Amino acid sequence: MELIKVNQSIEKNADFIKEVGLESGQPVQKCYQCGKCTAGCPVAFAMDYPPQQVIRMVQLGMKDELLKSNTIWICSTCHTCSTRCPCEVEITHVMDTLRIMAGKSGATPAGKAKYVETMYNALLSTVKSYGRTYEVGLVLQNNLKSGKLFNGADMGMPMFQKGKLQLMPSKIQGAAEVARIFDEVRKMEGGVK
Amino acid sequence: MKYAYFPGCSYHGTGKEYESSTQAVAKKLGMELVTIPDWSCCGATASHGKSHLLNVALPARSLGIAEEMGMDVTTGCAACYQQLAHANHKMAEDAGIREKVNKIISKPYNGTLKVKSLVEAVGTVDPETIKAQIVKPLTGLKVAAYYGCLLVRPQKITGFDDPEKPMFMDNLMTLAGAEALDWAHKTECCGASLGISNLDIAVRLINKIIKAAVESGADCFVVACPFCHLNIDWHQKNVNKKLGTSYDIPVFYFTELLGLAMGLSPDELGLKTHFTDTQKVLSLVG
Ligand code: SF4
Ligand code: SF4
Repeated sequence: MELIKVNQSIEKNADFIKEVGLESGQPVQKCYQCGKCTAGCPVAFAMDYPPQQVIRMVQLGMKDELLKSNTIWICSTCHTCSTRCPCEVEITHVMDTLRIMAGKSGATPAGKAKYVETMYNALLSTVKSYGRTYEVGLVLQNNLKSGKLFNGADMGMPMFQKGKLQLMPSKIQGAAEVARIFDEVRKMEGGVK
Repeated sequence: MKYAYFPGCSYHGTGKEYESSTQAVAKKLGMELVTIPDWSCCGATASHGKSHLLNVALPARSLGIAEEMGMDVTTGCAACYQQLAHANHKMAEDAGIREKVNKIISKPYNGTLKVKSLVEAVGTVDPETIKAQIVKPLTGLKVAAYYGCLLVRPQKITGFDDPEKPMFMDNLMTLAGAEALDWAHKTECCGASLGISNLDIAVRLINKIIKAAVESGADCFVVACPFCHLNIDWHQKNVNKKLGTSYDIPVFYFTELLGLAMGLSPDELGLKTHFTDTQKVLSLVG
């Protein structure tokens, strides 16, 4: 990490600090860095900044570092941290908020974070087309876009043999209504594909 | 008891045993599950990371339909439950978001329903009613009830059981004659969709959970979520391959074990389509 002048960052990114608080609905300023969230986080080992540090970075207005971090994508939203925080900061909602902000800022996640983002997009695009998740379509699209072409390929045959693969998607009657939800949200908020 | 039932997208795919065993057990208990007509995807593990509004609107579409049916909602999948319960909470509490969402879904939702997980719905049936159906108690079977994260957290939204030491499934298993073990990883996260996007991370989480269950002497897992099932049942062999372990522990939905104890046949319950061999446990309970 680069050297950061904390005072300057707080001033420069005052809007960001406010926005994270408002959008997540969480009293981020209350965090006193006890570390309980990080201690219980099941995926802290794979994160560039553990949850406790993410909250501190929000307090300090470190917008760029946060929106580029892989943490906000890798967080599995298990709510363990939120359940245990003595200051009742629901860290999971902060993670979601940062992820949404990163998506809208046009940041391009890399590596592990990219795989998560790709999966989100693949899943939502099948929902937008059919009104439901289509597991096969999801895996195929995910693989094409993440460049991991044969990921899950070993899954296909056994799943098929157990009758767990639908070869065709089932489209609901109200699929157009669901697509409209996506379009309207995009109009209202911008940025949602 | 009558519920508006939300099957969830895995109901005829990866989670089809859950669906068939749910229907069979509901019938035994006199619980009527009326499928929400033309229900749509809840947004699963993706919409919460895209937009707060989308994340409420997607499940709210199905809740609006259910409200017209006038029945509380239940769903087996813990991820769907989380999404529906969260949207329900928002639509009931937050007038601003309710107004926005109701503009973009076809049937407005006023937040008047309760959303219950299937574990809660079955777990609140009178124990005597359940006991009356148990004809083949699972005597001697040691089960590790694994709840995962989304079924019992955050408590403000789920609220029916303890977020760190839940007991609902344990109690159901006790009613079915099995021995529910006290073990450490009841609510540890299995990685959920990291199993699709980042298997290297997911196998480490799954490994910890399986290790804890095996060390506590469990014959099998009992779960209430198709994601948890997929991760622990299907990915068990990937854990073995990547981490050099040699686990071979079957994973059942709680409805499958209840169904067995109620005398339903393994075929009826879908027990033949698991990836980890279930035979060992089936012969144990005769
Ligand atoms: S548990 Fe809460 S107070 Fe403690 S470090 Fe994490 S966010 Fe801060
Ligand atoms: S919600 Fe995210 S940050 Fe919190 S414990 Fe779970 S994975 Fe870690």
